[in-house]
Amino acid sequence: MDNKQLEIVATKVRKGILSAVHSAKSGHPGGSLSAADMVTFLYFEEMNIDPTNPKDPNRDRFVLSKGHTCPGLYSVLANRGYFPVEDLVTLRKLGSHLQGHPCMTHTPGIDMSTGSLGQGLSAGVGMALAAKLDNKDYRVNVLCGDGEIQEGQIWEAAMFAGHRKLNNLTVIIDNNDLQIDGRVGDVCSVYPIDEKFEAFNFNVINIDGHNFDEIRSAFKAARECTDKPTAIVMKTLKGKGVSYMEDKAGWHGKAPNDEEFELGLKELDDKLSTLEGGAQ
Amino acid sequence: MNKDLKIATRESYGNALATLGEEFPNLVVLDADLAGATKTNIFMKKYPERHIDCGIAECDMTGIAAGLATCGKIPFIASFAMFATGRNYEQVRNSIGYPHLNVKIGATHAGITVGEDGATHQCLEDISLMRSIPGMTVVVPSDDVEAKAAVRAAIETEGPFYIRFGRSAVPVVNDNEDYKFELGKAVCLREGNDITIFANGVCVAECLDAAEMLASDGIEAAVVNVHTVKPIDKEAIIKYSKDAKKVFTCEEHSIIGGLGSAVCEVLAENCPKVVTRIGINDEFGQSASAGVLMAHYGLDAKGIYTKVKENL
Repeated sequence: MDNKQLEIVATKVRKGILSAVHSAKSGHPGGSLSAADMVTFLYFEEMNIDPTNPKDPNRDRFVLSKGHTCPGLYSVLANRGYFPVEDLVTLRKLGSHLQGHPCMTHTPGIDMSTGSLGQGLSAGVGMALAAKLDNKDYRVNVLCGDGEIQEGQIWEAAMFAGHRKLNNLTVIIDNNDLQIDGRVGDVCSVYPIDEKFEAFNFNVINIDGHNFDEIRSAFKAARECTDKPTAIVMKTLKGKGVSYMEDKAGWHGKAPNDEEFELGLKELDDKLSTLEGGAQ
Repeated sequence: MNKDLKIATRESYGNALATLGEEFPNLVVLDADLAGATKTNIFMKKYPERHIDCGIAECDMTGIAAGLATCGKIPFIASFAMFATGRNYEQVRNSIGYPHLNVKIGATHAGITVGEDGATHQCLEDISLMRSIPGMTVVVPSDDVEAKAAVRAAIETEGPFYIRFGRSAVPVVNDNEDYKFELGKAVCLREGNDITIFANGVCVAECLDAAEMLASDGIEAAVVNVHTVKPIDKEAIIKYSKDAKKVFTCEEHSIIGGLGSAVCEVLAENCPKVVTRIGINDEFGQSASAGVLMAHYGLDAKGIYTKVKENL
């Protein structure tokens, strides 16, 4: 998929995030928007997946370790055809398959139930290990928040992945630099992220998480690395794509009101017409 | 009961895994630097490629097992009960229980029979913790025969499964030829018309001895082995309680949340009885040999006999 097509999809994904969180009147737009380009890339270009066969044992896996940003994943899955886009507005409502945090027994396409921070990387390690045991060539991608890597279990999992040279595992760190209580560097600094993963025997790549060329070449490098797991540290903007949400900690876990929703939707629609106009 | 043959159920655990490894090629075993103590090194020696040592990182081990299970493996995680249910409780709940993944938690060194290591390593809350997780099966084998059968049952039962093994050698209680392990079915090992004692784990053999002591005083005690704490055998609990003059429970666990509580829940809702729970009375353990501790906390035959007599 070319970059413009990816941008168009990512903009639709962002609209879905806004609609879902607005409808639910709660949820986590900020970190969903910061990772929207990455998750779009994974499901529309990088991963070997089939929405009509979500349990294919040979598929590539994705674990959203920062599970609270599931509106972003749900929107990508819906746009990719795992379930109708109309389902997005049922987010967090009684009986919906779209739970407040991802649940693999509820939603087609969810490879691991997550939400309690710090646990997803271990599950991804287990999946990567299973591929090695079975001599399968599927790859496992795990997305973590930058605040999330304050959890000790992340480093237990990283130590094991490096030790076992799990070259079929890629961990992506969404470095939007914000957590609930403020700047990641102010609350309890996780920096330098890249050097930490290097010390845990990872192949580390720093990229701009909103630049599809850089995202693409990072995964190429990950696939070509034969003796280490890869960590992609991506610099992102929390709330990316909705002007009033950008780089604001307050939009970590808050839904837009009706007025804010309309404003955000208009921005994204304008972007979409520019992109689609240019595409014709 | 064969008192000459004593085997620790952790030994049975390691042996069962090694035996079943061939029949179940998807069986994998995870350890957190305790393969020697949990006896899963017996499996490791036979199937080194299917044994995964995660290092001293129980939370990670739990998550890795979850990931393996999503890919069709049948992982057993092995550690001391303290670290296989306590340290990683939330990982068990959220990464295994909530998605109902096919992970087996085979915990050893449960209860006070850990002995000299003392309170930090004597888990008295594991049954309580595991029992409250939706969809978790909980089994407390009493001896070698039952422990091996429980490992097979765990493999053959889809979903999260907790088995509690002990450190110390215990007599073989179920050494009769027609023994058959049925998950969720309590077994009456000794009939008695006066009182009923529901027990499991290391306490089963002690209760059988205590029943003989009571018999010499003219008190006939039924001893019912409730190896499966969840799902609990409601029918058997009601059946053996309704005509009993008094009901007792006995376990190497806190009296809060374990077998005693499970029995009381059944009886309170179906067949109200006065129940005396014999166990660890809401306190921590301490260092001493397993035998000394069992006597100190009143969980040996003499202690059980005394407690029953006091509460008749």
